[in-house]
Amino acid sequence: MPDSSSTPKNYLGVPVKRPKVAFFELSSCEGCQLQMLNNESSLLAFLDLVEIVRFREAMSGGGDDYEIALVEGSVTRSDEVERLKIIRAQARLLVALGSCACFGGVNQLKNRFPLDWVKREVYGEHPIDTAPARPLSDFVAVDLKIYGCPVKKEEVERIVTDLVIGKDIAYPDYPVCMECKANGNLCLFELGEPCLGPVTRAGCDAWCPNSRAGCWGCRGPATDANLAQMLAIMDERGFSRETVIDRLECFGGFASQVAALRAAGGHR
Amino acid sequence: MKVDCDISVRHLTRVEGHGNIRIRIEDGELREALWEVVETPRFFEAMLVGKRWDNAPWICGRICGICSIGHTLASIRGVENAFGIIPSLQTARLRLLLKHMETLQSHVLHLFFLVAPDFLGEASVLPLIRSRPEVVALAAGLKGLANDLCDEVGGRRLHPTRTVVGGFTMLPDRRRLSGFRARLLEAAEGLKQAAAIFKGFRLPDFVRETEFVSLKGEGEYPFIGGSLISSDGVTRPEPDYRLMTNEYLVLQSTSKWSKLSRDSFAVGALARVNNNFRLLRPEARELAREFGLVPVCHNPYLNNIAQLVECLHVTGDAIRLLDELLGSAWEQPRLEVTPQAGRGVGAVEVPRGILYHAYEFDEVGRIVSCDCVIPTSQNHANIQHDLTALARQSARQGLGDREIERLAEMLVRAYDPCISCSVH
Repeated sequence: MPDSSSTPKNYLGVPVKRPKVAFFELSSCEGCQLQMLNNESSLLAFLDLVEIVRFREAMSGGGDDYEIALVEGSVTRSDEVERLKIIRAQARLLVALGSCACFGGVNQLKNRFPLDWVKREVYGEHPIDTAPARPLSDFVAVDLKIYGCPVKKEEVERIVTDLVIGKDIAYPDYPVCMECKANGNLCLFELGEPCLGPVTRAGCDAWCPNSRAGCWGCRGPATDANLAQMLAIMDERGFSRETVIDRLECFGGFASQVAALRAAGGHR
Repeated sequence: MKVDCDISVRHLTRVEGHGNIRIRIEDGELREALWEVVETPRFFEAMLVGKRWDNAPWICGRICGICSIGHTLASIRGVENAFGIIPSLQTARLRLLLKHMETLQSHVLHLFFLVAPDFLGEASVLPLIRSRPEVVALAAGLKGLANDLCDEVGGRRLHPTRTVVGGFTMLPDRRRLSGFRARLLEAAEGLKQAAAIFKGFRLPDFVRETEFVSLKGEGEYPFIGGSLISSDGVTRPEPDYRLMTNEYLVLQSTSKWSKLSRDSFAVGALARVNNNFRLLRPEARELAREFGLVPVCHNPYLNNIAQLVECLHVTGDAIRLLDELLGSAWEQPRLEVTPQAGRGVGAVEVPRGILYHAYEFDEVGRIVSCDCVIPTSQNHANIQHDLTALARQSARQGLGDREIERLAEMLVRAYDPCISCSVH
C-alpha cells in the first residue's frame, strides 16, 4: 500500500485526513466498482484523497479497518446478508453503490415470478440457493445512496470528496428532463421514443437522452415526481402501458408505482 | 523431495467475481485440487421471459461490468437474426470498432491491473503508481483511449446507450472521430512498450494438451458472428452452438460447465490466436512469434500474451475501420424493426471467448425463452483440469506452499475469468 497513508493531504489549502475506504460486491455485474478504474484521467488524484484498503477485484490482501464501505449489488442469498451485517458493524459510513444496492436493480426483475419457477427455468432440477433480490436497506441501515446503472464516476468522486472534506451531500431534486433541456437536446418524445426523463431523479446529466436513448429510470423517482402527468404524456404519444411498465420496473426504483399501475390495469 | 501442502484461497483476488481454490498434497501425492465457483446467480434467462424484444440488449448488457458491450452486441445479433434483420455496412463497421475498443480496454485492464502485479511482486497496481509510474501511465493511457472511443461510438463505456436492434440511436461526431486516429497510432507505439515490459516477465512453464474453440475467421480475424471451429477439427454453424457448449451442472460450481470432444475445452484469446493465426495483422503475428506463441500453443499462461497480440491487432484494425467510416458519408443510423415469431442466435467473440445469446420470440416479439452461454462457463472445466495437472506437476517438483499457491492463482488469472458473468 502507499506509504504515505497517514500523511494529511491538502484540499484547497485545507488539510484533510485520508479516510480508509473499502469496496464490496454482492450480486452484481461489478460494473460500478469498475467505473472507478474507468476514470483514467482523475483516478490518481482520487487515490490521493482516500486510502483504499480493500478492493478485491483490483487488489490482493487488504485490511478490515475501513471507515467508509461502498457496497455494490443486491442481496440474493443468506450468506450475503451475513457479509453485509459484518460490513455494517465495521463501517462508520455504509454507502449503497448503484441501482442494485439502492433498489435491487435489474436483479429484482426475477421477483416478478415464483422463485421455484425461476430456479427451474435456469438450473432445472439442480439444487441452487437463491432468494428474491432485495436492496441493502432491507437488511441494514444505509447512510448514503449513490444512484445509477451504472453509477456516474464523476458523481462518486464528488460525493466521496464531499465526505472527506465534511461537506453536506446534496442530490438534485429535479428530474432528468431538466438536465436534458439544459443540454439543448431534442426531446425524445418528438423523435418518437419513450422516456422516463420527466420523473427520474437527475444527477446523471441526462446520460442516455444525450445519446438519443430514452431514460429507463435507473436512478429512481425525482422528489415530487408527477407520475400521473408522465402517464398522460405516454398515452398522448401512443406508448403502451406495457412499454411504460417495462421501463419503470427495470431497475426497481419505481417499485411502488409499478405495483399501483399493475393493480389498476391488471398488467402481466 | 516429498511435500505436504494445504492451500485454501477464498474469494480469489484480481479476478472478476467470486471463486475459491483448494489444493491438498500429502507426502508428495496430490489429494485434491479444486476450482470452486461460489458466485450468486442472478437469473437473467428467467427475468427476460415475457419482456418485449427491445428489453433484451438493455437488460442483458448488464450481465457483465467488463464486457457489457459484447453482451449488448450478442443480444442485438440474436434479436436481429430472429427477425431477419441484416445490419448495414456502416452499422457493422461501427459495431466492430466498438467491439475492438472493448477488447483493448478489457485486455489492458487484465494485463496491467490484474496480471502484472504478480510478475512485479506486488499485491495490486496501487504500489506500482509509485514504484513503476511509467507502467501505470502507459496502461492508463491505452485504457483511456479505448474507453473514450467506446464513449464516442457507443455513447457510454459501460452499459452502452446508443447500441440498439437495427443499428445506433445516434452516430459519432465526425470531427471527434477523426481525432482518434492519432491516438490509435500512439497506442500502437505504446503497445510495443507494453510488449517490452512483458518480455521481462518469466511466464510459468506448464503445458497441458487442450482443445481450443473459437469462432472461425472467414477472410478476417473473427469477432462478430459466424461458425465455430475447434483445434480438434470440429466446426458448427452459429445456430447450432448447443452442440458445442453442451452445458451441464456440477456441484462445485454455481456456473454451468461445458465439453466438446474431450473432458473440457478452452476459449478466449489463446484459442482465437491458435485457430486464426494467419488472419492476424502482420505486426500482431510478428509479436506473437517474438514470444514463441505459434499455433497450437498449449500453455494456458500464454493467454496473457495472446491478449497482448490481440491488443495490437485490434488497434491496427480500428485505424482501418476509422478510415473506412470517415471515407464514406453517414447513412441512416438505424433500420426499422418488425418483430416476428422465431428463434435467433448471436455469437460474439468477447475478450474471454465465444459468447452466445439465443432468444425465442412469439409473434409480437415477446421473449418466450432465452439462453446465454458465457465464455468463462465454457472455461471452468478446463481451469479445473489445468489446476489438477499443475498441482500434480508442482507436487512432483517439490515446490513449496507459497509457490504452488502463486502458480495456481496466476493460472486462474491467466484465463481472465469473468465469474459473475459466468453465473449470471
